[in-house]
Amino acid sequence: MSRRLFAALAAFFCAAPFLWLVLTALRPEAELTRLGPPSHLSSTAFVRVIREQPLPRAMLNGFLVSACTTVLAIALGSLAAFSLARLRPPGRSVILAGALAVSMFPPIATVGPLYELLSRLGLLDHWAGLVLPYTTFALPLAIFLLTRAFEDIPEELFRAARVDGCSPLSALVRVHLPLAAPSIATAALLVFIAAWNELLYALTFLSTPERRTAPVAIAMLSSEHAEPWGEIAAASTLATLPLVVLALIFQRRIVSGLTAGAVKG
Amino acid sequence: MIELQRLTRAFGGRGGVRDIDLGIEDGELIAIVGPSGCGKSTLLSLIAGLDAPDSGVIRIDGRDATALEPKERGVALVFQSYALYPHLDVSRNIGFPLEIARVPKAEIAERVRQTAERLAIGHLLDRRPKQLSGGERQRVALARAIVRRPRICLFDEPLSNLDPALRAQMRVEIRALHRELGATFVWVTHDQAEAMTLAERVVVLREGRVRQLGPPREIYAHPVDTFVASFFGAPTINLLEDQTIGVRPENVTVGSGGLDRVEAHEGRVVLVEPLGAETWITIDTGKERITGRGDPDLAIGERVFARWDPATSLRFRSDGTRSDL
Repeated sequence: MSRRLFAALAAFFCAAPFLWLVLTALRPEAELTRLGPPSHLSSTAFVRVIREQPLPRAMLNGFLVSACTTVLAIALGSLAAFSLARLRPPGRSVILAGALAVSMFPPIATVGPLYELLSRLGLLDHWAGLVLPYTTFALPLAIFLLTRAFEDIPEELFRAARVDGCSPLSALVRVHLPLAAPSIATAALLVFIAAWNELLYALTFLSTPERRTAPVAIAMLSSEHAEPWGEIAAASTLATLPLVVLALIFQRRIVSGLTAGAVKG
Repeated sequence: MIELQRLTRAFGGRGGVRDIDLGIEDGELIAIVGPSGCGKSTLLSLIAGLDAPDSGVIRIDGRDATALEPKERGVALVFQSYALYPHLDVSRNIGFPLEIARVPKAEIAERVRQTAERLAIGHLLDRRPKQLSGGERQRVALARAIVRRPRICLFDEPLSNLDPALRAQMRVEIRALHRELGATFVWVTHDQAEAMTLAERVVVLREGRVRQLGPPREIYAHPVDTFVASFFGAPTINLLEDQTIGVRPENVTVGSGGLDRVEAHEGRVVLVEPLGAETWITIDTGKERITGRGDPDLAIGERVFARWDPATSLRFRSDGTRSDL
C-alpha cells in the first residue's frame, strides 16, 4: 500500500509541472496570474498559437530536423557500436572514452566555433546546419547504449551468423539489429527528444522565421512588452505532445531497453 | 581434405595453439580432444575462419584458405550453446544459410522441409527456439549446419548440454548422419569417452600442441605419455612407482587369493564401486593407490592383494614419455 502511495507521489511530482502548464494554457486570460482552480476552461490560447503563430510550421521543421538526426545518429551509432562490441578494434577503450568526452562539451562553449564552421560550409540558416551538430552530440549516447546492447547479445550468435555466410555488416543487419530492437528504440527516442528540445543552436544558427524549430518559436512568443503566458503554455503543451505520444508507443520497448542486461534470460 | 601446417595462434593466457600440423582426410570423422584450455576450440575457430592464425597455413582441398572469409570456406559449425537465432522461427533458422546464399525461396522451403524431416523435427518448424527443449534445439542447430550440404562440418562440444541418455542417442545419430552425408566431421570434445565412441581418429591436444594422433583403440592401448594415458579410460590408469609404471584398472585383479603371480601389491581396501557388470576396488598400499577389478563383497579396510600381468603394463620415463615404445 505504502509502495503504491509512494509511486503515486513520485508520478505526481514528475507530472506536476506539465499539468500546471496544461492548466495555465486552458485558463481564461484574465485569471492567468491567479492561483487556484480556473473559473472555466478556455481554448483561446490554443486557437491563437495554432492560427496566428508559426507554431505548426515550427513543429514540422523540428520534426524533420529531429527525425533526420535520429536516423543519422542511430545508423552511424549502430555501425560504431557494432564494431566496438564485436570486431574489437585496437584502442577500443580510447574510442569509447573519446565518445564520452565529446558528450561532455557544454554546448555554449561550442556555439562560436560551430557558427564559424557552419557559415563557411554555407549551412547557416539551413536545416542541415542543425542536423550535423545534433548528430555529433547524440552519437556518444547512441554508441554507448548500442554497444551495451550488442555486447549483451551472445558472441556465438555472431559467430554462427559468420559461419552461415554473413559478412559482418549482414550479421549486424540480420541478427544484431532485430535482437537489439528495444535498445535501439530507447536510443532513438532519447536522441529524438534531445534534438526536439534543443534551443541554443537552433536559436543561434537559424535566422529565417519560417525555418525555426518549436523551442525557438516558443521563445519568440515573448516580446519586450509582453509575456503572453497563456500562449506560451499552450505552445509548450502542443510541442510536448509528440514526445508523449512517442514515449507511449515505445513505452514497453524502452523499459526493456533500459534494463537490458540487468537480468539474464 | 583439410591441411594445417605449423598453425599458431597465441593468446595472453591459455587456449592458444602452437605449431599444429594436421591432415584431416575427406569424409573422415575425427575428434579433437583435450582438457579445457588446451586450444581445441581455437583450432576449430581457425578452421572455420572465425579467427586468424598468427602464423601457419590452412589448406582446404588443396587451396590456401588461411585468409578466406568463413563463407568462402564451405564449412558449417555446430555450437555448444546451439546459437539459434532467437528472433527467427525454426524454419527460418534452418534456412538461414541458404537465405544468405540467395537460394531461391521455393528451394529453401523444400530443403528445410527435407532436412527437418531427416532429423525428426518436421513438426517444430513454426516454433521459436525458446519454445524448444535442449535436444530439439540441438537438432535444429544440426539441421542448420547440414541444410547447405557442407563438405566439412565442425562440432564444438555440441552434446555437452544434453543429459547422458540423450547424448548417447545423439552419438548414434551423428554417426549415421556422417555415413549418410559423406562429409568430413571434425568433432571437438573434452569427453574422452565421446571421442572414443564417435571418432575414427582422435587428436589429443594439450597446452596447444598435438600430443598424439591415431585411432581411439591405438591411443588407448599405446599412449605416448602419462598425460594421454590418464586422459583416456575410466577409471583412470594406475600410475605407480613415481609414475614410471602404468597399469589399466581392467588388467588389475584385486582379491585376497594366493601370491601366484610376480607383480603383487598388498594393501587395504579404501573404495568399492559396484557398477553392475563390473566392480572397481581401490586399495591403498601405504605408498600409492591402485584400482582394479574385484569382488563387490570386499569390505573397506580389508587386507587384500592387487596383481596384474606385467606384459600389460606400460613404462614411462620420469619426464612422462614412454620408455618401452
